[in-house]
Amino acid sequence: MIEVKELTKNYGDKQAVKGISFTVNDGEILGFLGPNGAGKSTTMNMLTGYISSTSGTAVINGVDILEDPIKAKANIGYLPEIPPLYVDMTVKAYLNFIYDLRKCKLPRKDHLLSVCNLCKITDVKDRIIKHLSKGYKQRVGLAQALIGNPPVLILDEPTVGLDPSQMKEIRTLIKKLGKSHTVILSSHILSEIQQVCDRVIIIDKGVVAADDTADNLSKKMSTDHRLIVRLEGDKDEILTKLKSLDGIKSVTADLEKENGVFEYEIEAMENVDLRRKISDVAQENGWAILLMKTTELTLEDIFLKITMGEGIENIIPDDKGGEN
Amino acid sequence: MGAIFRRELGAFFTSSIAYVFLGVFYLLSGMLFYINTLASGTSDMAGYLSLLFLAIIMLVPVLTMKTFSEEKKQKTDQGLLTAPISLGAMVLGKYFAVFVMYLFGISIIFVHAVILSFFGTVDWTLVASNYVALVLMGAACIAIGMLVSALTENQVVAAVGGIFSLLFIFMLDFVAGFIDIEFISDILTSLSFYNKYYEFTCGIFNLSSVLFYVSVAVVFNFLTVRIFEKRRWS
Repeated sequence: MIEVKELTKNYGDKQAVKGISFTVNDGEILGFLGPNGAGKSTTMNMLTGYISSTSGTAVINGVDILEDPIKAKANIGYLPEIPPLYVDMTVKAYLNFIYDLRKCKLPRKDHLLSVCNLCKITDVKDRIIKHLSKGYKQRVGLAQALIGNPPVLILDEPTVGLDPSQMKEIRTLIKKLGKSHTVILSSHILSEIQQVCDRVIIIDKGVVAADDTADNLSKKMSTDHRLIVRLEGDKDEILTKLKSLDGIKSVTADLEKENGVFEYEIEAMENVDLRRKISDVAQENGWAILLMKTTELTLEDIFLKITMGEGIENIIPDDKGGEN
Repeated sequence: MGAIFRRELGAFFTSSIAYVFLGVFYLLSGMLFYINTLASGTSDMAGYLSLLFLAIIMLVPVLTMKTFSEEKKQKTDQGLLTAPISLGAMVLGKYFAVFVMYLFGISIIFVHAVILSFFGTVDWTLVASNYVALVLMGAACIAIGMLVSALTENQVVAAVGGIFSLLFIFMLDFVAGFIDIEFISDILTSLSFYNKYYEFTCGIFNLSSVLFYVSVAVVFNFLTVRIFEKRRWS
């Protein structure tokens, strides 16, 4: 379990992280999302004790990282953005070193073998790290974080440099680990966060811009009063008739998608379901409806909306205050 | 500490620094030994050993240059600093690894002494006291070199910086000779590494010199720890 309260980091005059608070429960996978320089890595570095916070506390499994760093660090497996690999060593020698460094008590041979199997690096364990491909290096980095079976895993962009099938494997692995570990995962790949994480925190300019499940986030931002309809018929006639409907906020014609078929983006007043009305109007005028869909926002859209400064207020959960 | 010590010592051999250091050190000391004793027809090793000082100033930074600068450059320091060990254990683990390498190097003087014993009588107590002097001086020099390495992420800067720092300390005596104000020149002389080392080569075992070298080693290791501490907090 990780409890973060009002964590702040100043670099000189610049405030990189401005009072971040959140909690990650056991067996939960939390996704960290944010543009470059938002403070994701800084936050992770503070959680792992690489740098200290200017103010605020980070408690890992009941141990404050600043009060008893050695005990707190023993609970954390950390994969930094750039895996801390000694490239002159073989994979086996390196993992043995980490095993000793972390003062691991588990049976050495079995534990190292099981970690290698989990990360699928058993077949390269006698090779020198600098000769490995980026994907393998990344997996050795992940293996390093798993040694000693720490209850908390902090992974900074764990799938960078992997090919799609490896990415899938690692994601499955992280999901599996998430059942028995507390995991924080940062990523630039939004679909990855959506797939793997139970909860998402969006960090922007050093503050938590959103904290919710991926599904809830899209629901909150989703605009079911916004429709995209593809209609066959005279463009001007359709525009005028649609605009005259009750509850319509705006109608815009998009590109001509097929010959004589335009796509219209229709925005309704809130809580108005226009689908039946549009269907009726189309029938009356003999327009064929070739497509009708509500525009559901992907995490990508939400991310862009939030970080571009749109609707941050809307997105912060109303019960946010009660969390601290 | 043990894990870091073992890895560091192994890295000296995999990165070939060990071979370069030992090779050059043995070559240099062998030359000095030959010129000062065998070629001059004397079994007095004092002249040779006092010159060995220079070889140490030049070569200790070769051992220490990588210790922290390389970790910072390759970002492997992040692994060490987030591992459940104290900063002191991290610094000392590396320190002792370098120290053991250094011992491999200076132990050559016993080989030289044995060679010399075929040609004349060797004063073994003098050799032993010189060895102690080399050990102590090295202990201090390594701590200084490692501090320089912790300040940069460039190995070359660390090596050159280390050589210059040690040369400067070596020159303190020389500088002191040019300063008229007595109390400043006194301070400089008492900080000098060379005159304390020279005493040992003459067979004078001065406890205050032992304390001096040990304190320098402790203080500089402590400063290195503080650098990491400060970096974490800034």
